[in-house]
Amino acid sequence: MVVDVMKAFLLGGCICIIGQLLVDLTKLTPARIMVIFVVTGVVLGLFGLYQPLVEWGGAGATVPLTGFGNLLAKGVIKEIEEQGFLGVFTGGVKSAAAGITAAVTFGYIMAIISKPRIKS
Amino acid sequence: MANRLGQQTVVLDKPAIILGGAGIVGKKEGDGPLARYFDNVIDDEYAGEKTFEAAESRILMDAYVKALEKSGKSPTDINLILSGDLLNQCTAASYAFRDVNTPYMGLFGACSTMTESMALAAMLIDGGSVDYAVCAASSHFCSAERQFRFPLEYGNQRTPTSQWTVTGAGAVILGKDGQGPKITAITPGKILDQGIKDSNNMGAAMAPAACDTITRHLMDTGRSVDEFDMILTGDLGKFGSEMLRDLMRRNNFDLKNKHKDCGMLIFDLETQDVDCGGSGCGCSAAVFSTYILDMFRQGIVKRILFIATGALLSPTRMQQGETIPGIAHAVLVEA
Amino acid sequence: MLSNTEGRCRAISNKLSKHEYQKMVEQKAPGSQIIRNLLAAFITGGAICAVGQIVLIIFEQVLKADKETAAASTSIVMIFLGAFLTGINIYDNIASFGGAGASVPITGFSNSIVSPAMEFKKEGYVMGVGAKMFLIAGPVLVYGIFASVVAGLVYFIWKQVM
Repeated sequence: MVVDVMKAFLLGGCICIIGQLLVDLTKLTPARIMVIFVVTGVVLGLFGLYQPLVEWGGAGATVPLTGFGNLLAKGVIKEIEEQGFLGVFTGGVKSAAAGITAAVTFGYIMAIISKPRIKS
Repeated sequence: MANRLGQQTVVLDKPAIILGGAGIVGKKEGDGPLARYFDNVIDDEYAGEKTFEAAESRILMDAYVKALEKSGKSPTDINLILSGDLLNQCTAASYAFRDVNTPYMGLFGACSTMTESMALAAMLIDGGSVDYAVCAASSHFCSAERQFRFPLEYGNQRTPTSQWTVTGAGAVILGKDGQGPKITAITPGKILDQGIKDSNNMGAAMAPAACDTITRHLMDTGRSVDEFDMILTGDLGKFGSEMLRDLMRRNNFDLKNKHKDCGMLIFDLETQDVDCGGSGCGCSAAVFSTYILDMFRQGIVKRILFIATGALLSPTRMQQGETIPGIAHAVLVEA
Repeated sequence: MLSNTEGRCRAISNKLSKHEYQKMVEQKAPGSQIIRNLLAAFITGGAICAVGQIVLIIFEQVLKADKETAAASTSIVMIFLGAFLTGINIYDNIASFGGAGASVPITGFSNSIVSPAMEFKKEGYVMGVGAKMFLIAGPVLVYGIFASVVAGLVYFIWKQVM
């Protein structure tokens, strides 16, 4: 168990290092970097190249945005297997349903409860 | 009657007298090296208001009221208010002055607004159309961030060349008579765009404009750098100031130790985590209306060239791939 | 052939062309402390993923959820965590330290949704919170979903061909 947590720490840290290199060495904005990570995750997921990372590093692979992309790809493939062509349109959002809905819900709740403050 | 001198400068026949000034700032600025010069430091970023925009109008209004008080003038003496800020449609200024029952002309010069308003007011006073004017400008970290960059709680990492938008407002009362330092000449600036695209490097975007205006003023008036006690820029910040020195040297002017920058005066760059220093209209406005006027009062300075610098960027144009133009207006202030 | 105004400009301060000035700025601008940033990103990102792993373990082993449910539940918890830390005004401090270590994990995605929602509340719940919630995260959803459609088409065609 502890080993799993350590592996997650290691893999997650490495993926974030790649992100930081993009921030410091290129003129890419944060938004563009997030897009690159998600799309990369989709592409790797499509060719089954991301799964080994998930098996090894667990949350270290699923928590970063590439993991979200992988989730979208896996969802699309699963839906196509089960529903045929319609799966192309339903698969992605279906698998991301929990994430998107949670984001909207908690975002809304936090907007009601909290006030933005200047950085200390 | 004013006289044009050289290519761009205007020498005033009837200098405009700075009768008094006031500056109101936020907490971070109140923790800085110039704390004791400011007239008031607000408790938090909301200044008792519901929104950041209203807070900015509040501090601008307070600076105006205090400046009037300190110059011994009443609101009915004022013929014209010239003011502006960074917000879309200049709402901080227009909402601050909507109830004062005084003619108002809004300005947009980004962070150069303070000297833009002082230059215009001085010309109007010299020409005889205005007896007493208010020149004021403001900025607010929170209202600027949400408009130009990101929501406050968003986790973004600042780059080493970035500057901290000052939460502050400054106002001065200019008049045809009375006691105080005088604006004796002005040099309006040209827009200069040297192709800087990084909105986190305002200093580099504005330095060429500052260099152009200062050089133009020195050449038009035939003065050397030594004849000034201070050449004070608005908010070039640490890196922008370095660029300015380099550019001035290429024009054969050595700024020596005469150059100071409001963005570097208002914060302690070592301890306050502001990267290259302060920025915003309120930066130059608050520093000049308090600290600099105090230096004149105490006789520490007798001749200052005050150049507020502005970066005329727009998030929309930047997303369209445009670069950042800069502008800088100079006013010559003499005891 | 320079026009008169261009000539005046040149004479004064454009001793450097645009290109030369930009080069000078690039050379002299203070650089980020890359090593420090990479280390901070590693630690922050690693820590957040480690927390995710612990949450996953709790769902799988303590609450005995199946793989899919555990994975989805972990995402929800991590998104809540990001939202909560944003709401108590802490996430921006974490990101200030950790950079990409805070923006790449799903908690960063959450922060990019919650922060505009909080910020634009002042413009009302419909046009402020509602309309601007996806101001920053929008591209992630648009491009993620679009990429998944393209991936789906590729997969579908590949299946037909095989």
